Amino acid sequence: MDVLEKLTILTAAAKYDAACTSSGARRTAKKGAIGNTASAPAGCCHSFSSDGRCVTLLKVLLTNRCVYDCKYCVNRRSNEAERAAFTPEELADLTISFYRRNYIEGLFLSSGVFRSPDYTTELMIRTLTLLREHYRFNGYIHAKAIPGASPELIERLGFLADRLSVNIELPSENGLKSLAPDKSKRSILTPMRQIQSRNRQSREELVKYRHAPRFAPAGQSTQLIVGATADTDFHILRLSQGLYDRYQLKRVFYSAYVPVVEHALLPAKDVKPPLLREHRLYQADWLLRFYGFRAEELLDEAHPDFDTRVDPKCSWALAHLDFFPVEVNTADYEALLRVPGLGVTSAKRILSARRLGPLHTSQLSKLGVVMKRAQYFLTASGRMADGLRFTPDSLLRGLIAAEKPLLPEPDCVQLSLFDPATA
Amino acid sequence: MEVIYQYDGSFEGFLCCIFDSYLYKEIPAAIQCGEEEAFTLFASRAVASDRDHAARVLRKVSACAPEAGRLLWHGFLTCLPEKEQYLYRFVAKLLRDGPGFLRDRSDETLFPVARAVQHLLGEVHLLKGFVRFSELGGVLGGEIEPKNQVLPLLRGHFCARYHNERFFLYDRTHKEALFYAEGKAVIQPLDHFQMAQPDETEAHYRTLWKRFYDTVAIKERYNPRCRMTNMPKRYWNTMTEFQGEDYFKPRTPPADAAIPGVPTAIPALGTPPESGPSALASAP
Repeated sequence: MDVLEKLTILTAAAKYDAACTSSGARRTAKKGAIGNTASAPAGCCHSFSSDGRCVTLLKVLLTNRCVYDCKYCVNRRSNEAERAAFTPEELADLTISFYRRNYIEGLFLSSGVFRSPDYTTELMIRTLTLLREHYRFNGYIHAKAIPGASPELIERLGFLADRLSVNIELPSENGLKSLAPDKSKRSILTPMRQIQSRNRQSREELVKYRHAPRFAPAGQSTQLIVGATADTDFHILRLSQGLYDRYQLKRVFYSAYVPVVEHALLPAKDVKPPLLREHRLYQADWLLRFYGFRAEELLDEAHPDFDTRVDPKCSWALAHLDFFPVEVNTADYEALLRVPGLGVTSAKRILSARRLGPLHTSQLSKLGVVMKRAQYFLTASGRMADGLRFTPDSLLRGLIAAEKPLLPEPDCVQLSLFDPATA
Repeated sequence: MEVIYQYDGSFEGFLCCIFDSYLYKEIPAAIQCGEEEAFTLFASRAVASDRDHAARVLRKVSACAPEAGRLLWHGFLTCLPEKEQYLYRFVAKLLRDGPGFLRDRSDETLFPVARAVQHLLGEVHLLKGFVRFSELGGVLGGEIEPKNQVLPLLRGHFCARYHNERFFLYDRTHKEALFYAEGKAVIQPLDHFQMAQPDETEAHYRTLWKRFYDTVAIKERYNPRCRMTNMPKRYWNTMTEFQGEDYFKPRTPPADAAIPGVPTAIPALGTPPESGPSALASAP
């Protein structure tokens, strides 16, 4: 089997992993080595595939052979798919050749569990060692820690990679039990805890010794599948919040479940992936990380799922109209961040600009405020935007209309005079 | 008296326009670079580039606020129409009122400059990812078609990343190229450039990349509009994954038979090439 064929199989097997970022590492170029990881603090996208997702790393599996039989996964043992495996040399050559041509920012290495978690991790370590030491590759590497691998191996992996990730995949223990019988909550959380504490230790060592080796300098991330199990948005968001708080994760990725297999416990194969739900979860995730929101503010037991019509921040604002309007000339940073249409950048620009003199609503859009949304929720020098009239009802309609062009269009269905169900 | 300034189109020349306007105590009605000379009723003044004058202006601006010096330089690289006028007003206001207004992005003098610079930096960021190199006889070569003059800002990034390579990057819009070899980088005007046909290996990796790109998309999530938002179509021209079939075919042997007019190799680096296709035909 030639490399082209292997690449096709192993890319197709890896593409459902949502994580594709190159952020967080700031390693400058080294003499005698190729590459760096300092394009931009937020990472660098090298292309966008036809589904609109960013392509920044060469995202492949080392092998798609797997001893596990997780029901939701295309690589499960019982699936009759063609199997392939890269040799470490092939993969290292591919990475370097792509990197030199500026196709990619680095390598995302994941793998099916071949023979055992330990054996697979050793293969991954061999590949990464070859890349780092023989090819002197200094670019970004994201490696997947295989649940169940021994701590010593994960430690070695962490010194070779920039970011590690352990995928939780199913947001609840029940889901794991029924759909991924070979994995348990414990086998996933143990390596996460280890990566966290080792990362912290490495940071402390760096303070004392400038050349101490760095353990996963870009931290760790994880992925949750949305829509494969019956978990609510509230449950998922609280889980993410817990992971950010207790495990210091850099990112939690959400992946709308794409039905790849027919199974009684899973959504039917013709079900569309819940893309809007995934989108709302990402919006809420940003609110948790950058806007000072808590999961309990956005959702509660009575409203366990996000409103599909408006984004989570607007939804919060509509439920807390007594908090508004916010006066941009006096409100503090935290209050500004609560206004829909106002983000981290525009809030900082407001803080800076208002030191020169009072702001007026006409200036705000030049400061980056999205007035389509924000106009309903703020005043400048005591006045709302000129000519703005609204009722609670038209407010909701205005907000829905403001977001609509940004959302994927729902499928159009040809109207039929005769409903086939009743015919 | 209204007067129009003519300068040579370089950043240095533009700084000298600012210098001269203070020297002669006059406000230019327009600042034009030589190429766009048009018939006018105003008197015109040809401003000669003077390194010392330019350095004095830049030093003064940077002394008012380091941020302003950066904005002035970046602003000059943007594709803002009549950027000279906007930048002139920006400098005049800075020298008159001090750097306070830099805090307020909505300021009417600052805003056009800040917005143009934001566009420039956005394009630079995207191109850090979207540039595609091809290996041509041990040298990496790439082409871009940016709106702004991005090469001076891409230089640092690519020179650090590929510091042990030799590469060049050709800007089709501004007809100039960045050359890098052994720690030295130069940006040179280059009128014409035609990428050589790929050899076996290069064609192989192009094919591999195209296959990877096509495979990694999930067809159930097909969303071309999202792709275009993130990666506008004007960048696609120079990207490997959007090229036609011919792009992935290796050049047919005999490879060394040089066809007149079609460059088979790229210029020897280190020595600044002459402009024109003849410079490209010399084999290293």
